[in-house]
Parts: sequence; C-alpha cells; structure tokens
Amino acid sequence: MQDYSFDEKHIVHIPTEKALTTEDLQVYYGKNHAMTDASLEFPRYRITALIGASGSGKSTYLRSLNRMNDAIATVEGKIIYRDTDINSKKINVYEVRKHISMVFQRPNPFAKSIRENITFALKRNGIKDKAELEYRVENSLKSAALWDEVKDDLDKSALALSGGQQQRLCIARCVAMKPDILLLDEPASALDPISTAKIEETLKQLRKSYSIIIVTHNMQQASRIADYTAFFHMGHVLEYDKTENIFTNPEIKATEDYISGNFG
Amino acid sequence: MEGIKPEANDKLKMDGIKKELRNPSKATHQDYFGKTISYICIAFVGLLVLSILYFITTRGLATFTQDHVSLWAFLSGSNWNPGMLDSHGNPEIGALPMIVTSFSVTVLAALVATPFAIGVALFMTEISPRRGTKFLQPVIELLVGIPSVVYGFIGLSVIVPLIRHAFGGTGFGILAGTIVLFVMVLPTITSLSIDSIRSVPMYYRSASLALGATRWQTIHKVVLRAATPGILTAIIFGMARAFGEALAVQMVIGNATLMPHGLLTPSSTLTSQLTTGIGNTTMGTLPNNALWSLALILLLMSLVFNIIVRIIGKRGSLK
Amino acid sequence: MNSKAANNVATGVIYALVVAVVGILVFLLGYILITGVPHVSFHFLTSAAESFKSGGGIRDQLFNSLYLLVLTLLISFPIALGSGIYLSEYAPNNWFTNIIRTAIEVLSSLPSVVVGLFGYLLFVIKFNLGFSILAGAIALTFFNLPLLTRSIEESLEDVPDLQREAGLSLGLSRWKTITGIVFPAALPGILTGIILSAGRVFGEAAALIYTAGQSAPMVSYSNWNPFSPASFLNPMRPAETLAVHIWKVNTEGVTPDALQISSGASAVLIVVILLFNLGARFLGNWVYKRMTAAK
Repeated sequence: MQDYSFDEKHIVHIPTEKALTTEDLQVYYGKNHAMTDASLEFPRYRITALIGASGSGKSTYLRSLNRMNDAIATVEGKIIYRDTDINSKKINVYEVRKHISMVFQRPNPFAKSIRENITFALKRNGIKDKAELEYRVENSLKSAALWDEVKDDLDKSALALSGGQQQRLCIARCVAMKPDILLLDEPASALDPISTAKIEETLKQLRKSYSIIIVTHNMQQASRIADYTAFFHMGHVLEYDKTENIFTNPEIKATEDYISGNFG
Repeated sequence: MEGIKPEANDKLKMDGIKKELRNPSKATHQDYFGKTISYICIAFVGLLVLSILYFITTRGLATFTQDHVSLWAFLSGSNWNPGMLDSHGNPEIGALPMIVTSFSVTVLAALVATPFAIGVALFMTEISPRRGTKFLQPVIELLVGIPSVVYGFIGLSVIVPLIRHAFGGTGFGILAGTIVLFVMVLPTITSLSIDSIRSVPMYYRSASLALGATRWQTIHKVVLRAATPGILTAIIFGMARAFGEALAVQMVIGNATLMPHGLLTPSSTLTSQLTTGIGNTTMGTLPNNALWSLALILLLMSLVFNIIVRIIGKRGSLK
Repeated sequence: MNSKAANNVATGVIYALVVAVVGILVFLLGYILITGVPHVSFHFLTSAAESFKSGGGIRDQLFNSLYLLVLTLLISFPIALGSGIYLSEYAPNNWFTNIIRTAIEVLSSLPSVVVGLFGYLLFVIKFNLGFSILAGAIALTFFNLPLLTRSIEESLEDVPDLQREAGLSLGLSRWKTITGIVFPAALPGILTGIILSAGRVFGEAAALIYTAGQSAPMVSYSNWNPFSPASFLNPMRPAETLAVHIWKVNTEGVTPDALQISSGASAVLIVVILLFNLGARFLGNWVYKRMTAAK
C-alpha cells in the first residue's frame, strides 16, 4: 500500500436537512490516535455508508456517535444533534442512545423470547400499556421484515433464530424504541448472502422514517443502498460525497485505489 | 407518527429532546443507585478482611505486649503448659512442638499428594482428555465435596487403628495426620495443576512430537517444564489448605502438646491446639492469649503462602 | 532404558496413580455408605441426640444444619452478588480494585478455624450474641463470601460484552442492563455456584464450633415465633450442626454408640452434599436450556 497524503481531502456539505454533524472529532485509545479531524454532516432520512479498510477507524468513529466508546476511548470534538453538542460530560448518554441507536456487527439478541427482546427496553422506558407494546412489537418486526417469519413464535427464545433473523430482530429492537438515527456496524458481515439481501431491503424501507449510518467493508453493499458515502483511511476521512460520485468519479487517489480493489 | 411531521410540532418535540439530553433521567439515578450498592458490598468485604487482620493481630500480640512473654521463648520453647511457670518463673508457652507438627504434616502431605495429583492431571490433559475429564472431573469434585469432619472420622475409625496394628503405639500422630491431609489436599493440587498444564500452548507439544520425541519425553521435557510455575502454585495452595485444616487433623493427631519424636507419637498442630483449647480457657488470661498467638501464626502463614504464590506468578510470567 | 520403554513405564505409572486416586474415592464413599446407611432409619432422622446412652438420633442437628445454611445463603448471597457485580461490571483498573482483589484472595485462603475464631471474638464475645445460630451464620458468611463472590464474578464475566452493548445502545442504564440482561444470562452459572457453596457450608464445622456452639438444646418444632427462646426458628439459640455433631461425638467419647452415630451422620452429610452436586449440574443445565431453547 502506498502512502497517501492526509491533507488532500474532498468533503461535501449536505444541502438538505441534517440529522447529525461532527466537527473535528478525535478519538484516542490511550496514546493511540485512532481518528483524526473527522468533520462530517449526515443527511436526514438518508443512508450514509462509511467505507474503508480494516483499521481505518470507521467503526471507531461510528461507535463514538452514540457515546458507546466512552468506557474505552477518549473522544474530543463536537457531535451536534438537534443543535446540541452531545459529546459533553454534561449530556445524559442514556437519552442520547434512545435517539441514536446501534446495531452491532454480530447479532446480539438477549437470551429472552422474541417478544421480550423488543419489549424489554420499552417497558423499562415506561411504556406499560399492553396494546401499545403489542403494536410496537408487530410494527417493528414488520419494519425489519421479520414479522411473517416469527409471528407465531413470539414467545420462543430469540437464540433459536438463525443468524440473519437474529440480526433483523436486533434492528427491530432498535426501531421499536423509535429513535431518530440508526447506527449499523457492519450488520451483514457475519451473514450469508440471502440474509444480507434481506437486511439491505429492510434498510431501504427504514430509510423513509430514519436517518441511517452504516459501516460496511462491502463496497457493492454501499453502492446498492447508500445515498452518501464516506471513505476512511488510517484514521482520516479522505472523501465524502454522493455515493454515485464516490464510485464513478472519485476525487481522491486513495479512494479510487480502494474502490478499484488496489488495497484493503 | 412516522413520516414528515408539521413544522411546529417538530419544533416543540425538538425543544423537549434538547431538554432531555441535558438533564439526568431515571436511568441516571438507577445507575447511581446500582453503583452505590455494589460499592457498599465491596467495601464491606474489604472492611471484613481488615477487621479480621486487625482483631486477630491485636489479640495475638497480647501475649507479648500484656504478658511480656518474649517472642523468642514463644517460638523456640518446647514446653506448652500455659497455666504453669517454669523453674525461672516464666510461663511455659513454647509453641515449637505445634509449629513443628503443623509444618511436618503440611510438607509431608504435599509431598505424598503431588505425584498423585500430577499423575491424574497428566492423564486428564495429555493421555486421555475426553475420558479423563468425563470420569475424573467428578472424582475430583467429590473429593473436594467431602466435609473435613468426615475425613477426620474415617481417619479416626480406619487409619488410626490400621497404624496401631501395623506399627504399634496409639496410632495417633503425624503419620495419621499426613494420610488424612494427603487425601484432602489432593483435589486442590490436582485441579490447579490441570489448569496450568492445559494452559501450555498446543504447539509446544506438536513441535516436540514432530521432532520425534515420545509422549513421555514431550510431557517430561516440554509440558511439565512449561507448567512448573503453575504446578508449584498448586502445591502451595495445597499446603495452605493442609496448614489451616483444623478438625480432620485434630481428630487423628493425638493432641498431646509434646515435641514429636517421629511420625507415630501423638502430637498437636497449631489448629488442633486452638480448637481444643479455646473453649477451656478464659478470655484475657495468659493461657487464652497464648492460643490467640497460635491463631496469629496461622494467619501470618496464610499470608506468607499468598505472597509465595504471587512471587511464583510474577517470576513465571516474566519467563 | 531406551526412550520407548521409558514412555511405556511412565504411562503405566500414570495409569497406576489414576487408579489409586479413583480407588481412594471409591473406598471413602463405599466405607461411609456401607457403614453408615444401615444406621440411617426414620427413628435416627427424627429423634433427638443422646449424650450418655445409645440410640440417639440427629433430628435437631439436621434441622440446625439446614437452618444455618438457609440463613447463611440469605446473608451472603446479596453481599456476594453486589461484590461480584462490582468486580465484573464497575471495577476500574486501579490500586483500589487491586487491593480488593488481594483482600478477597486472602479471605479465601484463611483457615476456616481462624474465620470462626474471629466470629467468636467479635460476635459471641464483643457483641454478646453468645453461641447462636446468628453468630454461626455470620461466621459461615465470612467463610463463604470470597468463593461465592468469585463464582458470581466469573459467571457475569462469561456473558459476552455484546449483550451489555445491546442494552446500553437501547438507552438503558448500566444498572438495568446488568440486572435485566447480564444477570439473567449469567443465572445458570450463578445458581451452580450457589449450590456448590451450599455444599461447602453444609459440611463446614471448624468455623462453627465457637460460633453456633456445640450444644443442641431442646426446641419445639410447633413454636413458630422466632423470638421465643424455645422456638426452632429462634436465631439466638445455640445450635450444633450435623458436621459439628460428628466431630463432637468422636472427640468427647462419652456417647457409647459414637461410631454408629458418626457413620450414620456422615452418610447423611455425604448424601446431602452429593445431592447438592448433582442438583447444581442439573439445575444449571435446566435453566440454561429453558433460556436458550424454544419454549
């Protein structure tokens, strides 16, 4: 892999409504500077893909957005959500995560029934009404395209589901909380192609009501579903633009080399 | 709910969210509550250990601070008769017989148990891991599970008569104590040895076998050598258990506070003297204080065993 | 001797050692069950102990053992759970945590007779509780805490971090994530740990002879008022347990049928502990299956 300049960047601004913005975000693991000067704007009701090689910092960056990195890393800079800098000690992280929810690389359903997986967090957030809970279970499972497969088995253990079903359940679990933004960290990397296709279809549907930021190492996936794409390289964001521009006409040499498969 | 909402509604909702983001919620309080509870519990455990150390130490030192017995006389004297004065007018509290007996049974039990423990551990890790784990794991767990009074009872009703028939005398003594303790420390040493042998990386074995070594050469020269620090730790833990065991030993050792003259004469360990004596002495008197000094020795030895384990652990990890 | 022969000899020796150890266990269990079970009768289990004549039973001792066990677990489980949660979920990597871990190690390696003497000194003498079930339960709690704490900590740590992240990313507090997600997932392991510790507590005697005492006064099993001195539930009465009873009839030597009583009592003790061991396995597996398989 040749060395690319970190000074040469192409980052566009979003003309439409923004869901989330970061300004000069830095992430340190101890002394290791894992993410440098990440300034991005994420559009509302769109899918944004974060691509780049392993270790490029895309997952680190994503996990910082809803403060999941608090325990293991130091995050500096601003994360603006609803005119508020949520990267501050004074911010209530639990509220942040209610609005900015995350789906992880490996499916992690709770060791509970399918229904409880969805209602668990809802009940603890004060939703006690049975009808409302029922409605949300059905609705969220439908949004994750899982309802038809599990509607008769809602009281079965979620661990009995296949990997792809588990991952869609995890998406449904987030959706049921009615967040603003969904963060997905390589949600399909542990899954087979059919499950992957189902997840992608799900995300395209969810895009109507949610702002989605997805980390993927699968460039076809990014080009299939994302409206905008950011290219990460060694802890820097080098290029951010509309997906078609990134894949057909990249401005930066590193991006071009990466999408044409020269490294990564 | 879903879809684009009217502007005004959105503005209201946004102000609400902004407020929520800045203020503590139920979740914040829950977390505070949970953290406090878990800190209280852990502080209780810490405080408990501190107070055990403090109370046993202050009581154990009373013999020397209040009764002005010299430490040397206590550690080196071989007559234990706390109610009496010797010809110089000093109280007879020589703890040496108990110290010697305690160390004798501990070391002997560990010496006998170690080959058995390593044999079983090697069988379970190197020779037949699947069958070994299936049959020997429960054996070890059952040996751990048998209560010490039951070991003492069997020692008293089987081992002691056996020794009496074979060697004469009363049958009580260090030999009987060693045999009982050997079985009691066996599972401790075995299970910790298994852990340490299992943690020897597989490629050590493959490398050795690939060079044409036999299984025994591999075990002997490679596996056991790599697992030595762990096995030593296992032996120390076993010794700590033997040194602190009270009732099983007390039932077979004979409880005569005499210097042991070999393995077959009745004698007394620190723990057996403590269990027999505490109930028969009055709090605050010299005979009672002397017993607390024995307890202090037990406490200190248990700390020493801990420190040895740490030192082995440090040196083992440096290699 | 060539290396091939050495290999065979060594293998033979290892087999011999294994056979010897298995033989020891078979002998121990066989001896206790064969000599003990014939003495276990309904009469033996349901009549009071006799000091100076034969034919005594173990009713009170058996009840005391169980009562002490329940009290001990009631006191030690919440503390061990809180401590286990601290160590596995909250403990920062600093000097304080190191000290606490060392303290727990020290506590777990202290001889139980020392723990018992501490209980005697502090509760029986200083707090003037006298020889009592309560003092015994507290001493057993001290004896039980380090191992139970560690087993709970290990069970909690076995739950993958992904489960915690799942809870946190839904906006749940760490406490709710621990109590609602991590704890249930760790439950099979925690239950196994509790039952195994129950076996240890049930057989322990050294920590009890100077805390719960060595006498079993007459109690009434129809008096359900725990504050009445004659009630079997009164925690302030002295209570000799089964394990202490075995020790006592053997060391005092005034009971004529000490041998029969000890054999019978040992058999009961061993059978109960075996049941605990089997129960631990069974219950752990059962809970795990219930949680993972389809209902």
